[in-house]
Amino acid sequence: MATPAVRVEGVSKRFRLYHEKYTSLKERIIHMNNMPHEDLWALADVDIEIGQGETVGLLGHNGSGKSTLLKCIAGILQPTSGRILVRGQLAAMLELGSGFHPELSGRDNIYLNAALLGMGRHDVERRFDEIVAFAELEHFIDNQIRFYSSGMQARLGFAVAVTFEPEVLLVDEVLAVGDENFQRKCLERIQLFQSQGRTIILVTHSPDQVRVICNRAFVLDHGKIVGQGAPGEVIRIYRECLLRAGEALSDSLTEEPVVIEMEEAGRAVAGGSDRMQIGAVSIEHSRSPEQAYLISGDPLRLRVGWRAPVAVEDPMFSVSIFNPNRELVYAANTDQLGVRLGTLQGSGEVVFDFDSVPLLDGRFAVSLGIQVGGEVHDWKEQEHYFEVMNPSQVTGQLLLAVRVRVEVDEPLDVPGRVQIDQGAPR
Amino acid sequence: MITTVSQAVTVPAEVLADDVPVRVVSADVKVLARLADMWRYRSLFLGLVRKELKVKYKSSVLGFLWSLLNPAFTLLVYWFVFEKVLGSGIQAFAIFLMSGLVVYNLFNYATMNATGAVVNNASIVKKVAFPREILALASVGAAVVFFFFQAIILVIALVAMRYQPVLHSLHYLPLVIPAFFTLIVLCAALAVLLAALNVYLRDMAHLIEILVGVAWFWATPIVYAYSEISTKLAGHHLPAWLPLLNPLTDIVVSFQRAIYAQPFGGRPASALKSLKPGSSLLKSAQLLPNTGDWWYLWHVLIALGFSVVLLFVALTVFGRIEGNFAEEL
Repeated sequence: MATPAVRVEGVSKRFRLYHEKYTSLKERIIHMNNMPHEDLWALADVDIEIGQGETVGLLGHNGSGKSTLLKCIAGILQPTSGRILVRGQLAAMLELGSGFHPELSGRDNIYLNAALLGMGRHDVERRFDEIVAFAELEHFIDNQIRFYSSGMQARLGFAVAVTFEPEVLLVDEVLAVGDENFQRKCLERIQLFQSQGRTIILVTHSPDQVRVICNRAFVLDHGKIVGQGAPGEVIRIYRECLLRAGEALSDSLTEEPVVIEMEEAGRAVAGGSDRMQIGAVSIEHSRSPEQAYLISGDPLRLRVGWRAPVAVEDPMFSVSIFNPNRELVYAANTDQLGVRLGTLQGSGEVVFDFDSVPLLDGRFAVSLGIQVGGEVHDWKEQEHYFEVMNPSQVTGQLLLAVRVRVEVDEPLDVPGRVQIDQGAPR
Repeated sequence: MITTVSQAVTVPAEVLADDVPVRVVSADVKVLARLADMWRYRSLFLGLVRKELKVKYKSSVLGFLWSLLNPAFTLLVYWFVFEKVLGSGIQAFAIFLMSGLVVYNLFNYATMNATGAVVNNASIVKKVAFPREILALASVGAAVVFFFFQAIILVIALVAMRYQPVLHSLHYLPLVIPAFFTLIVLCAALAVLLAALNVYLRDMAHLIEILVGVAWFWATPIVYAYSEISTKLAGHHLPAWLPLLNPLTDIVVSFQRAIYAQPFGGRPASALKSLKPGSSLLKSAQLLPNTGDWWYLWHVLIALGFSVVLLFVALTVFGRIEGNFAEEL
């Protein structure tokens, strides 16, 4: 790692949550030093070092402290203890267009906004046309900002912030503004920054964005760093965090169990019929048990135990796999797979061997069922899970094996043909 | 209540040795470092002043002309009321009044607007890092611009009335420079202090309206003369210099001495009706101290010293509580 561009040393930040806010003189005097409050540690002893030229993502659920950390780095909030060193010019994009005055024209606002970021008037004059062109507001630059749409304001804000080529750029959830065209331009600009060796710190809810842009990431949970490293690994930890937070949430809600009606499965059988039940289920992959997750493209073995006190003729086992959004990604049964199980009695296992699981990251649920002659004997609805980690930069749902090459029809000066072969990322 | 003490400053890069400056965000305040930081953001100061002026007269037909019309009209009303209706004991009352009023108006505008400067700009304070003192100082900057508009009216009035005395004591005129400088330092100090306190005590704005808008105006010799009040104080065996404890008084009397330029411009009450303005048949009453050429400069410098100390205190206070602005707003 190169010399650190940002160094966070043991930073803690306490917020005081007052039960009642006393802001008038009278109330202040009455409640002198006696304002009921709770302490909330938004950041607890955080240490981070970010090298020059790195693009780092900060992930975390709402209230995890990631935005607080970003604001501390930006110097908007000041840590209760610890200190932060930032090398070189820093620009923070926490909310695009904050500081725009609606009564002023776009032109005036560019000067004002740039000054807010610490730029001199001459710098702005020199790069004025560039800013306007980037924001695509040539025709509206002398109109008052209040006639701008929110997208136009965001574009202008982004344009001002990126034009001054800060050594360190802080970005908070702002890449989600504007239309797709503009988003692409923003990403291009960020990639340009990366290629110029500038440091970028990105706060986002979108793991995909981290995967695409960042080369390192941190997960924050309750003000602590709970994970750091390569994006794929960190995204997995982030998902775990989210899941825990989600579980805590649903526990407190005492919700009714969701009854899922399955037409295909006929009627659901609670606990299995007395003729045949699903026993122990295990999901194995090449990395288990040391590692709780598999890597996209790894093989997977699904062992479904069964018990049959009496002989059962030709049972049919079914498997369904659901993505984190509870959407079905795969469903099959032994009949469809062309496997006749014959007559089963006693106990045993049916083993499904998947040569490769070409799924990208997330926690996938597995539903299992046993049917005999169209009658459901047992059904386990999304009781088992496996987790996939995607170490590559591709996003989406599926890992497709792909090779890329360029074909040039009319070579000009360059003799021959450029060919780039790239295997499926592993 | 105040828990974090910190500030972003530029320090020499001894920690991460390189030529690029390192910014430290931590618990440390140094007024000089803060001043350096403000200097780096001087274009923001100018931008904010420009904004304040532009926004004020946006979508108004006469625009900047209002800045001239307003003081001109005030001058006219005061002149009419005090000279024609009530009958003031001061010759060329309009000039006397205006010499003090320009000073007070700057003071009033700067402190009033600065009080709300941080609170009203919450959206920026919460999202962007910059020396927030600039928000308060921009109010002073705008007030200075309006001061010059009023000064234009004053000059027009001097010319229109063919006011002679100012020409007879031209050597007092340079006095306005240190007096004006002192005024700006005083305003900046109060502006920074009030802007910070208002974040925690939101009714500061109302307090300032009464304190500055009413009390401070009448505590300063603007519509009456300094010598009148100091003579009366002496009559009650009180120290005659008591009004000079108000630094604004030192500034105002210096302006009056330089522009109004008549230490004895009062009309004897008995002769009030029979005399024409400017007549010197009778010995006139004293309005301003006439105790040597250096008296005014000396008092301005005392006020300046006080203002500089106050500014230092204000910046320290601001720095101590600035760390919590983004949370408090």
